Amino acid sequence: MDHLALASGGSAAVTGDVAVLGAGMHPWGKWGRGFTEYGVAAAREALADAGLDWTRVTLVCGAQTVRGGYPGHVAGAAFARALGWQGARVSSSYAACASGAQAVNTARAHILAGMADVALVVGADAAPKGFFAPAGGERADDPDWLRFRILGATNPAYFALYARRRMAVHGDTAEDFALVKVKNAAAGAANPCARYRRAVTADEVAASPVVADPLRLLDICATSDGAAALVLSSMEFARRHTAHPVWITAVSTVTPRFPQTVLELPDFATDSAAGTDPAAGTGKDGAGTVRTGAVQAGRDHAGTVHAGTEPDRAGFRASIAAAAYEEAGAGPEDLDLAEVYDLSTALELQWYEDIGLCPPGDAARLLREGATGLGGRIPVNPSGGLASFGEAVPAQAIAQVCEAVRQLRGQAGDRQIEGARVALTANQGLFGHGSSVVVVR
Amino acid sequence: MGRARTPVVAGWFTEEPERPEDFRLLGTRCADCSAVFFPREDDFCRNPACCGTRLLEVPLSPRGRVWSFTDGRYRPPAPYVSDPAREWEPYTLVAVELAAERMVVLGQAVPGITVADLAVGMEVEVVPGVLNEDDERVWTTWHWRPVGARP
Repeated sequence: MDHLALASGGSAAVTGDVAVLGAGMHPWGKWGRGFTEYGVAAAREALADAGLDWTRVTLVCGAQTVRGGYPGHVAGAAFARALGWQGARVSSSYAACASGAQAVNTARAHILAGMADVALVVGADAAPKGFFAPAGGERADDPDWLRFRILGATNPAYFALYARRRMAVHGDTAEDFALVKVKNAAAGAANPCARYRRAVTADEVAASPVVADPLRLLDICATSDGAAALVLSSMEFARRHTAHPVWITAVSTVTPRFPQTVLELPDFATDSAAGTDPAAGTGKDGAGTVRTGAVQAGRDHAGTVHAGTEPDRAGFRASIAAAAYEEAGAGPEDLDLAEVYDLSTALELQWYEDIGLCPPGDAARLLREGATGLGGRIPVNPSGGLASFGEAVPAQAIAQVCEAVRQLRGQAGDRQIEGARVALTANQGLFGHGSSVVVVR
Repeated sequence: MGRARTPVVAGWFTEEPERPEDFRLLGTRCADCSAVFFPREDDFCRNPACCGTRLLEVPLSPRGRVWSFTDGRYRPPAPYVSDPAREWEPYTLVAVELAAERMVVLGQAVPGITVADLAVGMEVEVVPGVLNEDDERVWTTWHWRPVGARP
């Protein structure tokens, strides 16, 4: 199918669009109850928001809740059972932090294929305390287990490696990172669903303990309980049902391209770019050959080369957004807001560049100008982001879409971005799962 | 005495080098397209343009430059082994860019090296190290050490 032709131009006549009829969330926090309860609360809120009875839903898509590699309950059916079995089709998706986008995309694909007209998408988590850890046992074939066994490399350790790299390559400072927290905390204070709802100062960030140098506790997102849900439908159904639908025009679920030259969680190494570079000659033995194109430290410090060993090559995160833009027939210049995955403050800055809000290296400048704060030119994480929510893994990508929907409908209260028409969400799941959704009205 | 020195994972580095300076990380190289893999791929080449199945063991460059670094100020969860009765001592993690292979490889720094001793772009070398010891075994690993730092 020529999807580009279908999606381009924004024409409502024949597109790959689906409608968002309802959005719902269970507030984030540490509530000490089961994930199904949070998910049902969010689902009921989304159904009420859509003005639809649960029995009208013909497909339930659960973003899978996984504990140490074992799902416990299979999400889609757990939610369907708790809402009351009514015979709808069911699906469950697991893609780590990108699980929610996979669930949205499964719903979309069913709707566009004519296999369902109204779909409920739900993600919910009851997060354990402390560092995320792998399942037990001796699992030497599991890179996620091995990185803890051999390196003790927690998730914040990887966030810190990116942060330090940005400082060295782009000249970002700890003060820049703190400013991201200050910005997101201010937005989260205005969000009733956020876990942390108070302003944070740069001094408070600087006074919080270092977790993984250079990142401090308040630079790193917590892990939370929470749930988010969406009711999606076909365009035909939406036009009959509501006068003011919001549309999903793209869902990017791309994988990386080989060679992946930026170190990714939970890997021990990047792919090697030697031997696959057309300019280098693929038949040649790469060993011992230092290519002039390889990034040298001196060039790094001059700030002229993007992170990674292949300056000309877009990294995985950039390719996630690029696929969404292409499918939506839109670009960064069209955005009124973006929700990006700020696992750390420094990573939010990285996303500015990866979704094309500014050239590589300019993110801190954009932040300091106030462009990405509420009231700025292109607000990023008006929800308050992970900084204010903490991560509830299967819910998070869906929650990003909920914020986009509320902003585009003008229902975002004190954090409302006036006249918002186009929103992009972006996220990345462990092991190579892209996640980006474009929402328009 | 007598505890077996055992690599924490088999085949990733030289187990019993003749001399310490012969220690290397071990990857594999595809005989068809020459792509290099670490951790090793032994069955199928992961280059999407290649169907190679002959992957030959190859030592990685012993030296590289610091791509980034950090430390762990809090005790990581299992399966990382540490004594809960002892005060936690942060360890340092280093991501090292190998010029010839054009790849970045993670590892812990040798004990005693802190983030204050490191800078992006600094030259480091791979050396044999000990991850942890238990009643039966000394679990060995690789460490990165700044070139010129005292062993």
